[in-house]
Amino acid sequence: MEHAKSASWGDRIYDISIYTILAIIMLGTLYPLLYIVSASFSDPISIVKGELWLLPKHITLNSYEKVFHNPDIWMGYRNSLIYLVVGTTINIVMTTMGAYVLSRKDFKGRYVLVLFFTFTLLFNGGLIPTYLVYKNMLGLYNNLWVMVIPSAISVWNLIIMRTYFQTAIPDEIQEAAFIDGCSNIRTLTSVVLPLSMPIIAVMTMYYGVAHWNSYFTALIYLNDHWRLPLQMVIRNILIQEDMSAMAGSEGESLVEQLLMAEGMRYAVIVVSSIPMLLLYPLVQKHFVKGVMMGAVKG
Amino acid sequence: MTSGSEGGIALPRSIRKNWDLYLLILPVVIYFLLIKYLPMYGIQIAFKDFSAAKGIWGSDWVGMKHFVRFFNNYQFWTLIKNTVGISIFQILLAFPLPIFFALLVNEVRGKWFKKSVQSITFMPHFLSTVVLVGTVMAFLSPSTGLVNNVIRAFGGEPIYFMTEPGMFKFIYVFSDIWQNMGFSSVLYIAVLAGIDKHLYEAAMIDGASKLKRLIHIAIPCLIPTAIIMLIFQFGSIMDVGFEKIYLMQNDLNRTSSSVISTYVYEIGLLGSQYSFSAAVGLFNSVINFVLIIIVNQTAKRVGGTSLW
Repeated sequence: MEHAKSASWGDRIYDISIYTILAIIMLGTLYPLLYIVSASFSDPISIVKGELWLLPKHITLNSYEKVFHNPDIWMGYRNSLIYLVVGTTINIVMTTMGAYVLSRKDFKGRYVLVLFFTFTLLFNGGLIPTYLVYKNMLGLYNNLWVMVIPSAISVWNLIIMRTYFQTAIPDEIQEAAFIDGCSNIRTLTSVVLPLSMPIIAVMTMYYGVAHWNSYFTALIYLNDHWRLPLQMVIRNILIQEDMSAMAGSEGESLVEQLLMAEGMRYAVIVVSSIPMLLLYPLVQKHFVKGVMMGAVKG
Repeated sequence: MTSGSEGGIALPRSIRKNWDLYLLILPVVIYFLLIKYLPMYGIQIAFKDFSAAKGIWGSDWVGMKHFVRFFNNYQFWTLIKNTVGISIFQILLAFPLPIFFALLVNEVRGKWFKKSVQSITFMPHFLSTVVLVGTVMAFLSPSTGLVNNVIRAFGGEPIYFMTEPGMFKFIYVFSDIWQNMGFSSVLYIAVLAGIDKHLYEAAMIDGASKLKRLIHIAIPCLIPTAIIMLIFQFGSIMDVGFEKIYLMQNDLNRTSSSVISTYVYEIGLLGSQYSFSAAVGLFNSVINFVLIIIVNQTAKRVGGTSLW
């Protein structure tokens, strides 16, 4: 920092502009998020009247009370957790198995297999043929399996993980394990995997966030209301504005119901994003790491 | 099965020695066969009149009937125009910003400030599409939304953003910028962090100002990565995502929000015209496939990088 003193006027203006622009970008990103949180704690009347700018007005927990009394929210939470846990477990097991085998230079046919797998990135059956085949031929319709099986492997993640196995695990360690009489599977579970926790963390985050945030599969393949994941539940509330039905209770006027719905909207957004916010530092770190790992290959 | 390329005996021996590797990869291969390749078998219904009773295989062939019907459909050009239009608009606006943002972040010396900027701007990336669209709709609501409250506070008339077809593209792209600009810059920030410090020192000794160093060192270092990213964006120009558009769509903005993927969903799954919508989907897949091949060849020639 010793040259800071000798910095020219031009450089100083340059620095000031950069910090100013970044500060504006930061506030611009943050403001909507803060507004949502504030609105969720405010009396809906102040939102509607436009009195709310940054800090909560007439703080109340009414909106949250309504949200937590909504059985669909709990149902959605429970379903999403099940899909997340079962789905991510399958993701990790399947991706690890595939990636490890593809990383082995002595495995014959790995080039053919990589082509076979990556082709599906370029071309696929398309929505309707896939739907008909899943539903009529594979029985993947309106059950737990359709939520966790079709997404079992992402080819990108498979490639990232294979690259990790190839570059981060020294060949010598594996060879030593073979000399000690380990089978391939034994080597994978007791030598390679303990050294692969960074990539497994990255994969868990990638797959986990994708499961938690997705609604598409549920929209297409789920029929029973009680199976719906959280994203579908909140879609019905936020976007289809099915709120009067939810917020309504005996003896409230239509205006009161609409007001209630207005406050709930923000509380629903907060409640559905809580897991992500709690895990955010972890998620962020590993997502950034994942981009780097992908870039090594790209 | 593939035959061993190094003589007939190589494969059997390899299987005997590494039989458990084959065991490990078997479920993965079965997964790809059933989940990814079997649906391709279903593509034939695009050339048939699918009937549930006769099944995929047994339905009658009708040749190109459904394709011809789609090309003559009054919506055909609207769909193409919307699909390509939204993509191009997205590339023009949302593509350069992460690069610009990365350049700014790279100039920050204070560790704390740098970290805060990144943590905050990455955050919206992790919101779900449903939450994002729900937020956008809440903010833009004509009666209760923040944006219209501001407009009213300045004495303006509220704007019906979500139902105004002309607004659709803007809302789509600007909300995307808000959500993804920060996180999309990760790659560029990494490239910038990898620039040899000696370049900067040499430039400093030569008396180059910070702005000059940005223009002559940082930007040229980003160009190869940026070109590759841009080329791949062009490869997916006909592949605008379903999830967000579908959520933002309503009956009033449909003239500018109908794209191929939402149309396939509508006529196929909601309207049960399986064969016709399969044909529309296939048409789209083939164009995407050709585009990505062209783009990959271009990337190879321009930047020496390619997907395969």
